[in-house]
Order: sequence, then C-alpha cells, then structure tokens
Amino acid sequence: MQTKLSEEKQEVEFAIEQAKKQREISISEFFTKNRHLLGFDNPLKAVSTAIKEGVDNSLDACEEADILPEIIVEVKQTTPERFIVIIEDNGPGIIKIQIPKIFGKLLYGSKFHKLSQSRGQQGIGISAAALYGQLTTGKPIKITSRIGKNQPAHYYELLLDTSKNEPEITKEEEVQWAREHGTRVEIEMEGKYQRGKRSVSEYMKYTAVANPHAKLTLIEPDNTKIDYPRATEVSPIKPKEIKPHPEGVELGNLINMLKSTESRTLQSFLTNEFSRISPKTAKEICDLANIPLNSRPSRIAKQEADNLLQSIRKTKFIAPPTDCLSPIGEDALTKSLQKEFDAEFHVAFTRPASVYRGNPFVVEAGIAYGGNLSKEDSAEIIRFANRVPLQYQQGACAITKSIMSTNWRQYGLQQSSGNVPIGPLIIVVHIASVWVPFTSESKESIAHYPEMIKEIKLALQECGRQLNKYIRKHVQAKEERERVNLFEKYIPELAASISKLSETSKTEIEENLKQILTKQLKIINAENGLDKED
Amino acid sequence: MASTKKINLPEEKLKKLGDELVTQISRKQNPSMKFQTRALSNIKYSKQTKRLELGKSMTERSFFNLGHSKKFLQTLEVAAVTKNLLKEEKHASLRDVFYQVKRTIPHTNVNIVDEQAESDSVIEDLELITGLSREQLNINANKNGSIAGKVIIEDRGDIIDWSKMGSGGWSVPSNVEDIKFKKVDAKFILYMEKAAVWERLHEDKFWNKHNCIIMSSQGQTTRGVRRLLQRFYEEYNLPIYVLADLDPWGFYIYSVIKYGSIALAHMSEKLTIQSVRFLGITVEDIKEYGLEKHLIKLKDVDINRIDQLMNYDWFKDNKAWQKQLIELKKLKAKAEIQALSARGISFISEKYLPEKIKKGEFLD
Repeated sequence: MQTKLSEEKQEVEFAIEQAKKQREISISEFFTKNRHLLGFDNPLKAVSTAIKEGVDNSLDACEEADILPEIIVEVKQTTPERFIVIIEDNGPGIIKIQIPKIFGKLLYGSKFHKLSQSRGQQGIGISAAALYGQLTTGKPIKITSRIGKNQPAHYYELLLDTSKNEPEITKEEEVQWAREHGTRVEIEMEGKYQRGKRSVSEYMKYTAVANPHAKLTLIEPDNTKIDYPRATEVSPIKPKEIKPHPEGVELGNLINMLKSTESRTLQSFLTNEFSRISPKTAKEICDLANIPLNSRPSRIAKQEADNLLQSIRKTKFIAPPTDCLSPIGEDALTKSLQKEFDAEFHVAFTRPASVYRGNPFVVEAGIAYGGNLSKEDSAEIIRFANRVPLQYQQGACAITKSIMSTNWRQYGLQQSSGNVPIGPLIIVVHIASVWVPFTSESKESIAHYPEMIKEIKLALQECGRQLNKYIRKHVQAKEERERVNLFEKYIPELAASISKLSETSKTEIEENLKQILTKQLKIINAENGLDKED
Repeated sequence: MASTKKINLPEEKLKKLGDELVTQISRKQNPSMKFQTRALSNIKYSKQTKRLELGKSMTERSFFNLGHSKKFLQTLEVAAVTKNLLKEEKHASLRDVFYQVKRTIPHTNVNIVDEQAESDSVIEDLELITGLSREQLNINANKNGSIAGKVIIEDRGDIIDWSKMGSGGWSVPSNVEDIKFKKVDAKFILYMEKAAVWERLHEDKFWNKHNCIIMSSQGQTTRGVRRLLQRFYEEYNLPIYVLADLDPWGFYIYSVIKYGSIALAHMSEKLTIQSVRFLGITVEDIKEYGLEKHLIKLKDVDINRIDQLMNYDWFKDNKAWQKQLIELKKLKAKAEIQALSARGISFISEKYLPEKIKKGEFLD
C-alpha cells in the first residue's frame, strides 16, 4: 500500500510539472522552430531568402507609390560564416510609427487582408529574415527610412521578442540621409554566399527579367558590382483590389465573412462582400438555399452557412474582373529577355486572363533561344509567380509539369518524352494572380490546377510555334550554307574530270561552274521548298 | 588502220560526253546527263524479242541538284578513269576502278566513293550513258568459270586449245569480245550451274566422248560466260543445254541465260540466247532416276521464289514451265545435280546425260 501511494504521488507531481511547461506557444516561437517554411533552412538559402523578401517589399512599395524602382542589394562578409545583407530602395518610405511593427513583428502587413496581385502575401517575410539574423548572430535589424524631402530620416535598431511577437527597440534616432525617400534595411546573419545555380545573382537576374521597369544593382562580397538596367521606363499597370469571387469561397472563409460583415441583410452581404453577385443573383442564391433575403448574416454564420455555400456552388457567375492583374506584357518581357540573355531569338506571349476556383490569373511565357546558350543541356526553366522568381522545388511545380508535358519535338527541339526539352533554350513562365496556389508556405512551387496547366501549355505552345518558325528559317539558312559549301568543294573535282574527258581547260570549266552555282542556288532552294516563309 | 579506228571509238564517245557537258556549262546551264532509267519499274519483258529490256523512262542526272550531285561527280570521275584506260590501252578490274576513284575531296571529310558498290553502279550507268559496254570501256570483272572441249581459240595473240588445259580447264575472262575461234569441233554446249559437276564431267572426258563443250561458272552466270555462249550460238549455231539444280534458283540461272537479267537489262541484246534449253534436273527425273530418297526439303524462301517465277511474264504462259513449278511446289522438296551421285559417281556422265540427250528431253 505504501509503495502504491508514493507511486501515485509521483505521477501527480509529474503531471503538474508538465502542465507548468505547457503554455501558449507564440507565433514567433512557432516560426523559430519551423524556419524551413520561411526559406531559412540552410545558410545558403537564408541569404537569398532575406534578399528576396527585402526586394519583394521594395518592388511592391514602389509599385503602389508609382515610383520606378531603383534597388541596391549589397552583401558584405564579416566573418567566414557571417554576412551583412543590405537592401536599399527609392520607395515611398515608411512612416515612423509603422517601422517597428513592419520589421519587428511577424504576420504584420497590409496585403494579407486584401485580394490583389502582390509579391508578398503573408507579411512574414522581412520580419522573419530579421528574426533569423537575430537568432544566428544576436544582432538587431537596422532600418533607415524617409518618406519625403521635408521629412527627417528615421533610423531604428530592432529585436523581436519571440515570446510576445512584439518588436523591441534597441536604438532609435533621426539621421542625415542623402535619399529624398526610400528605405534601407540591414540584417547581419549567418550564411553562405555562392555563385551559379540558385545564387543571389541568379535571383537578381531573374527579378530583372520579371520587372523590366526596375533598375537593380548587386554588390557582391568581393565588391563585384552587377547592374541590371531597365528594359522599359513604363511602370506596370497598378493592379486593382477586388472582392472575392463566389466560385472560390470555402466554408470557413464564408463563416468568417458572415461574422465580420457590416451588412445587415444576407442580400446586401452577398452583393457587397463578393464580386459578380448582383441583387438578382443574390435572390436566386437565397431562394435556392431557402433562406430569406433579409436574414441576419451573423445568424446564418451559425446555422445555415453550409446550406448557403451549396447554393453558391450551384449558381453560375460571370467570371471575375481581371483588372486586378498586372502581367509583365509581351513587349516588356521580350525586351527583358533580350537584355538579360545573350541569345539569337526571343519571344514572349501573354494569355488572356482565366479563372481557377474564382481566382483570376494570367499566364505569360517567353523563350530565349540559340546564341551562347548550351546546346547539349536541358532547357533552363525560369518560373515566376507575381513577378517573383521561384528558385526551389522546380520538380514539384505545375510550370515544370506543363513544360515537360508539352511536345517540343513538333517545334524542332530535342525532347525525350515527358522530359524537359534539350537545346540552347531558356523557358520563362509567369503566373500572375490575386491568389497564386503555392504547394507550401515557402512559396517555391505552384500547385497543379488543371485550369492553370492548360493555360501554361497554351502559352508555351504559342512560343513554341514562333520558335519553330525561327528554327526552320535558321536551319534552312544553315542547310543553304552547307549546300553552297558542298557544291564549292565538288566543283574543282568535277571540273578536273570534265576537263580530262573533253580535253579542254579546267580553269574555264571551274569558273563557269562557280557562276552557275550562284544562279542555281535560288532554283535549288525553290525545288526543295525552302524559299517559303513558313 | 581500220582496227585502230575501232579501238578509238569508245574514247571518242567519252570525249563527246565531255564536250556536251562543256557546252552546257559554257551556256551557264545546270550540267546534266540523260539516260534510260535502270530500275525494276522500267524493266519489261518483250514478247517480240523474248528478252528483258529497258523501258522508255529516262533518268536525268544533274550536278546542281542535292540528290544527284555526288553521283554526277562519281559518274564523271569514272568516265575520266576509263578514258585514261582506253588512251593507255590498259584494262582495269572493277576493284581497280574503285581505287582509282576513291579519295577524299580536299577540305572535306567526303569521299568520292566509299564502297565498290558505288563505283560498280556508276559503271553500269556509264554503259547506258555512252552506249558502250563495260568491256568496251576496258573494265573487266574477275575471270570466272571453266571450259573444256575440242575448240582452239586465239586470245591476245596466244593460241589456246581447250582440249589441252589440264584438270582446271580454261577460265573465261570477263571480256570475250576479241577472242577469235580458230577451230570448233563440237555438236552442242552443256552449261552447268555447279563447278563440281563440271569437274566430274571433265574427269570422265565427257566432252570428248560426246563431242561437246562443257562450261560452268559457279553460281550466277557472269557476263563473259553469257557473251561467250551467245557467240557460240550466233557464230556456230550450237545448241546450248543448261544443267542446273531442281529448285527455283537453278531455274532462274536458265532464265537469265535465255531472257536476260534485271541488272543487265540494258545489255540484253548482247547477252541473251533464245535457243537455250533446260536439260535437267526436271521433276520427272526424280522418278525416272530414282532420286526420291535424295531430296532436300523446300524452305519458305524457296516457295516464295517459286511463286515469283510462276508470275514472271516469260514463264506465265509457258505450260511446261508452269507444270515444273507447280509440281516442284507439290513435291515440297528440291534436288541438286549432285543427287545423281547417289546412283554412282559417274552415273551422270555415263547414264543420265547420254540418255537425256538421246531422248531429247528438254524444256524450252
């Protein structure tokens, strides 16, 4: 009995101890333990992710403020394992009170609650980079920002309180800054810097391709300066915000919307909170669900949300408006490719907007071919989602799948079936959408939606057709050169034989044959059907 | 003087070919040569002449044409080589010509010819282009076949007695055009498919006992042998009998001698012999000479070949031959000439042939 009692006592004490340890896990702590989701899972990727988050923010900010972006990225090495990453832009700047929240608090952002095409979505990017720096070096993130000529520049040093998800200001002052407006972010972190595949310079190059209006500069740790000039002086059309389209709505989402709406009747809720629902359509939905038009949304949220959703699903809607999208554009993308890739042939296509689950999207594809590109290797694939290059998880991406399932042989390229084509080729695909369906939070690859794959393939096929025209012309020109070559080599031999047979001068026969060659080439080309344009 | 002129004629024809091309070239025309198409599609059996002949379809080979260019060059290279042969009054083998033409074109990795088959084919084209035979162009094939009989000939100034050629007999050169027959003491010619059978008959002095000429060339009959047979027929009106295996291939050897071949349809006139007759082995011989136990089973290729022969224009309306082919198919077996050896080593020379010739059992 004694023994048993003491055992029981021990168990209870253990449970109390455990209960003391269990407490609410803060978001910051959660992300500390799940840094791979944010792209900070290895030193090499950490540097490029930090840059990527900073540049994304800069580009978005410039776009919103209608400023042609000029972004300088600098990487300095402090110790063999430590780097300082600096991203400086000419953007609109950030007002003083917002600075600590934006850089020192996770999930703080303006983009999460709206539907429009933007680069960052969750607002965890730059503060996650700051947190990574803090965790690996203990150093705070340093921010300088100025919103205008007549305004002071503010300098902050911030740490992030991981248990509270709140910024901790370690230094705050007004400073002199040459820039009229803009933001400079400096993060020291453990990392690695490399060149080649998935490097920072690759990211910068790709970013330049997707943002022809941006002027980028990269200063590498060894002081190498790489400039990525603008391909166009025209800013992209500012994407408009849109309300969710009813086709894509999910139950949880619908319940939240019903709860938080300011509309007092179901009809006004439906027409105000969604795009493409007219009062007439709203009535149809309500009739179908057998719910009165003037029901209170908050009541429906509890009792009949599922019923309402089923009716929405059964109703047909006009496709969502597509002015919320801002594709790169055929001309701009072609110019970008010409500027960044030393190839012979460049082409780009922008598909008309399409819809997956109520989300409008646009697919663009481009091709750079020939020149100095490697002939023996598989094509280089460059993937963009909302103008952001995707450098990881290529194999899992719907873009890669679409490229592999396109028949490139019909366009004059080599391809073993179900693989990436082989040849001196770069394939670029951009997907612009208010909601890009990524396979995971790290936003590295796009989920396989049939509507999207279909559009990607159509865009690729259009590029393929143009490429094929070029290749055929090119091959034709090459064959013509070879033919001329062959005849030129044969002529002296033939002249010698005929000279022996006829007992006349070889030189004269040879000269005449050369003249006929010039004349005959046109005829030969015509006979072989090679003079046609297509 | 007359003979010198005759020798120069081929050279003149080659010069004429060269002159025509020079004219075309000086007129800035795409140089080209026209000649009868040498393809199965352009070969017809003429019921009048009873020969395989080339049809009317023509081939134009021009230099500035991707598909022709190399062949055009090959043709003229070979023409130049043969002109030189004629000029120097030398003869070359097909292999010699191949090596005379074979070389790499400067600054390329292209050879004018890669295989002998290419130069051989071009030589046949040249025959059509110039109207001269290979032999007239001083190009010879390897000598082939054996011959024995009471015949005396003159060849390049040498007097040769075919009855005194030892065990090997006289070999038939590919060019028999200039051979002069001095004395021919024979009543017929026996041509056989197999060299081994010829040796048997030679050892048994068959030609002496039966006053004939025995001739063979292993396998397909060469041009030289065919031309020689034709000359014997035309100049001495000697009957010619063919002794071949009882199978479609043996029948075809007879067919080539009589009607001509597809490859040499352009030469049919000089090579075919109307009067040639088939002596054996016939289907009837199997029973007659007790060969039933010495047959070889027909293979699929044999049967297919029988069907092809049955449909050839020159066999189609020939009842005797249709009967042989049908019976052969029914028999499902073939018989070699040597099957006769089963009845005794000299059975062929002492019994089979004398009996067949005496009875006059020939297929025509």
